[in-house]
Amino acid sequence: MIYDVLIIGAGITGTMTARALSAYGCSVAVAEAGSDVAWGATKANSAIVHAGYDCVPGTMKARLNVRGCAMMEEACAALGVSYKRCGSHVVAFDEDDMATLRDLYERGVKNGVPDMKILSQAELREMEPNISPEAVGSLWAPTAGIVCPYGLAIAAAENAATNGVKFYFDFPVSDVSRAGDVYYVSDGKETIAARRIVNAAGVHSAEVAGILGEHDFPVTIIPRRGEYIVMDKSVGNTVNSTLFVAPSPKGKGILVAQTVDGNLLVGPNANEIADADDVSVTADGLSEIMTGALRLIPTVSQRNSITNFAGVRATPSTHDFHICISEQLSGVIHAVGVESPGLASSPATAEYIVELLAQDGLVLEKKSDYIPTRRRDGNPKPFAHMTDEERAQAILRDPAYGRIICRCETVTEGDLKDAMRSPVPAKDLDMLKRRTRAGMGRCQGGFCSPRAAVLLADEQETSLDHIGKSGKSSWLVYDRDEEEA
Amino acid sequence: MNKKLIIIGGGPAGLAAAAAAFDAGLPAEEILILERDREPGGILNQCIHAGFGLHRFGEELSGPEYAGRYIDMVRERGIEIVTDAMVLSLTDSREISFVSPSTGFVRLQAEAIILAMGCRERTRGALCIPGTRPAGVYTAGCAQRYVNVEGFMPGKKVVILGSGDIGLIMARRMTLEGAKVLCVCEIMPYSGGLARNIVQCLDDFGIPLHLSHTVTEIHGKDRVTGVTIAAVDEANGRRPIPGTEQYIECDTLLLSVGLIPENELTRGAAIEMDRVTSGASVNQDRETSVPGIYACGNALHVHDLVDFVSEEAELAGRAAAARILGEAETAKCVLPVKTGFGVRYSVPQRVEIGEGTDKVRLFFRVDTPRKKVRLIAADDSGNVLVKRTKTAVAPGEMESLELSAEVLSGLAANGAKEIQLMLEEM
Repeated sequence: MIYDVLIIGAGITGTMTARALSAYGCSVAVAEAGSDVAWGATKANSAIVHAGYDCVPGTMKARLNVRGCAMMEEACAALGVSYKRCGSHVVAFDEDDMATLRDLYERGVKNGVPDMKILSQAELREMEPNISPEAVGSLWAPTAGIVCPYGLAIAAAENAATNGVKFYFDFPVSDVSRAGDVYYVSDGKETIAARRIVNAAGVHSAEVAGILGEHDFPVTIIPRRGEYIVMDKSVGNTVNSTLFVAPSPKGKGILVAQTVDGNLLVGPNANEIADADDVSVTADGLSEIMTGALRLIPTVSQRNSITNFAGVRATPSTHDFHICISEQLSGVIHAVGVESPGLASSPATAEYIVELLAQDGLVLEKKSDYIPTRRRDGNPKPFAHMTDEERAQAILRDPAYGRIICRCETVTEGDLKDAMRSPVPAKDLDMLKRRTRAGMGRCQGGFCSPRAAVLLADEQETSLDHIGKSGKSSWLVYDRDEEEA
Repeated sequence: MNKKLIIIGGGPAGLAAAAAAFDAGLPAEEILILERDREPGGILNQCIHAGFGLHRFGEELSGPEYAGRYIDMVRERGIEIVTDAMVLSLTDSREISFVSPSTGFVRLQAEAIILAMGCRERTRGALCIPGTRPAGVYTAGCAQRYVNVEGFMPGKKVVILGSGDIGLIMARRMTLEGAKVLCVCEIMPYSGGLARNIVQCLDDFGIPLHLSHTVTEIHGKDRVTGVTIAAVDEANGRRPIPGTEQYIECDTLLLSVGLIPENELTRGAAIEMDRVTSGASVNQDRETSVPGIYACGNALHVHDLVDFVSEEAELAGRAAAARILGEAETAKCVLPVKTGFGVRYSVPQRVEIGEGTDKVRLFFRVDTPRKKVRLIAADDSGNVLVKRTKTAVAPGEMESLELSAEVLSGLAANGAKEIQLMLEEM
C-alpha cells in the first residue's frame, strides 16, 4: 500500500489535517511516535482559543489564528467537542501595561480581530469580580474561547479514522528513504510508503525535517516547558473568562482560566529546556506560576490543586509558524514550529495544509460518502452531559450506563466501553482518561483507576498486569505468581 | 420504590444506621440503602487484616468479617440494598436522584436521609509533589485494592509517604506479599497512625520510619524509577532543607497522606459544613443543619476505628427512625461545642437539650501529641462539667468525654450558652 499522504505527528495539527484530508478521495495515514493522539504539546497546554491580537501583523500566526478562532465553534460542533466562547482579558497593572494593551489592540485591529475593547478598572471588575484590586484595566477580546485540546485532537482523529485514515502509533520516525516519487518512512521496524509527507511532528518537527533529508533547514526548535496547576471544580467559577497578565518577551505570561470542563487552570511559565521530552514539574516552577496567578486573582489557593502537569512548546527560532511546501524535497509539506496559538489556529492550519498539498499537485476530489461529524457508536454524548431523561433512556438501552465508574466526573461503564471501542480506541488508563475524564476529578483515579484497569483488561481479553497507565512500558501491577513460576 | 428513610452508602456506617433504624421501630420496607459498589461493606471489603471489632464485638475480626456481621444484620431484618447505585443529586427538601444498572434512573423523596458516603484519599496532585508523572504512584487504598481484591502487586520496591493507618497497614501487606518496603516518610515530627500499627506494621518488619521527611521529587518516565526524599524544617513551614536530599531507587510510591470526607452531595444540598472536619456540622443525633438529613461515619469525620463508626451510625439511624415515627422531641436549648486549647475539632458541633435528652458523648481529636493532660469539658462560665486524665494523647487517636443527662439538664436550667472542650497540661 502506498498512501497518497503520510502525516507525521498526531497532535492537533496532524489530526485536524487528517480530518480535513479525509473529506477527499485520497489515502491518508498518520504516524505518531507516542502511543496515542495528542501525545505531546497538544495534551499539555493552556487550552485557549486565542482571539489573535498577540501575533505580529502579517505573520502566518496572525492569519491562521484569527481564521482558526472563527472556524473553531463549527469544528467543535461537528466533532461533538465542548467549546465555550468565554472571551479573554489581558490585564494591566500600571501605565506601562496599559500602553502594551493599546499596542495589542492595534495589532488585533490589523490582524482582523473583531469586537475588542480596552476596559477601565471598573468595567473589568464588573466582569471579573475576583480580579486583583491592583489591576487597572484590560484588553477585552470576546472572540477568545476555551476548548479541550486533546479532546479536539481525539475527536478529529476518530472522525478521520471513520473516513478511512489509518493511524500508526508507537511509530517514531527514524529513517526515510526515497525511490521514484515514493517516500519510505520507517521506525526501524516497520515501513510506511507514501507519495507525500506532512511534517507535523511538533517539538521534533525540525529533527524530522532533517530525517526527511532537508539540509540547512531554516528553523530550529527551542523546546520551552510550561508548567500548570489544575484546581478543583469547586473553584472553577473564580473567573468568567480567560485572564492573562500583560505579555512579556518570553510568552503570553501566566494565565488564570476556566477549563471547558469546569476546572480552574493556572500557568504556564516558560523555561527553555535541553530535553524536548522532559515534561517534569518542578517545585520552583509551581511556585512561579502560583505567584503569577496570585497577582491576577488574590484568592487562588494551591490548597485547591488537584493535579499539575507540564508541556513542551515547539518554539521556532523564527518566531513564526513555518508552514510551507519544502523547497528542497518534492512532495513534502512542513508544519514546523507550531507553538501557541497552534490550537486556536488548527482548523485554519489544516485547511491551509490541504491547499498546499493541492498546490503541490495532490488531486483532491470530494468523497461522496464523507461523514463530516463524529459518530459515536454507543451514546450520542457522554453520560455526564446528558439530561435526566436522556440518562434514563441510555440505561434502558444498555444497563452499563447505569454503573458509575468514576464518581468525581460521573463517568459510566458505558462511556468507558464506548472509548475502548471507538475508531481510535483507548488501550491504557491515560487514553481512557483523556477520552472520558475518568480519573481527572478530585480523587485523581484513586477510586476508579483499578476498576477502569479491570475493564481494559476484560476488553482486551488479557490480565491486569498487561494494562499500562500511559504507553506500553508504563505497567500498573505485576503478577507475583507468574514471577515466582 | 417509595421509602421513608434513604441511606446513602452501604459501608459500615450505612449498614449500622439501617439496622438501628429498624431496631428503633421503623419497618424494613421503609428503609433503602444505596451502595455504589457491587457489594455492600464499603472499604472494609479490601481491609483483610485483623483488628476490627475489639470494642464492638469483643473479638478481633478482619474487615470483611466485620462488614459481614452488619450485612447479615441488615439482611436478617429484610432491609433492601441496591448495589451499583450512585446518588447523583441531593436537595435540602430530601429529594435524591440515583442511577444503577438494575433500577435505571430514579428520583425519590424521603422523610429522612442518612449520609454515609465515607471518605477518599488525598492525592499526589493535592500535595503538588514535583517530578514526572509515571505509573507507580498510588494512594495506599488504591494499592490495597490491587493487592487484596484484584490479586496483583502494585510494585516491588516501595517508598511510602505518610504514616496514616492505611499506609502502615500497606507497608506490612506489601512486605508479606514479597515486596521490599524501603521506608516510610512522614512530614510531621510524629505519626498520624495508631501506635499499635507503628509497632505491628513497621517495627516488626524492620521498616524505617523517617519523621520530618517528605518526598520532594518523583523520577521515571513510564514507571517510577526513584524518589528524592528530604528532611523538612519544622520552623520554616515544613519546607525541605537544602542539602538533605537523598535519592532512593524504587518502582513504587504509596501515599497515605490523609483522608477527606466525601461531601459533594452534602455541599450540593447547601448543608452547613465544618471547615476542620470537612464534614457536615451536626447535633448529637448526627442531624445536619437541614432537618431530617443526618450524617455519620467517615463522611462526617474521619474515624480511627470502625467500631466508633458503627456506634455513631446507630445514633443517626435511631434518630432518623424517631423522626419518621413522630417520636422526636423538640429541643429547648442548643449549645454549640467550642474547641479550646489543644483540641482540633469536636463531633457533635452542637448539643440540643430537651425534656428527655439522654447522655451525650463528645468525640474530638487533639492538635498535637502531648503527655500527661487533662481532657476537660466546661460550660461558658468555666465550670468543669467532666474531666479525665490521660498519660498521652495523639492526633491519630480519637478522644471522647461523656456528658450525663443530669449535666445536660443542669446546663439547660442554668442558661448555659456553650460547651467548651479543652486540654490542660499537667
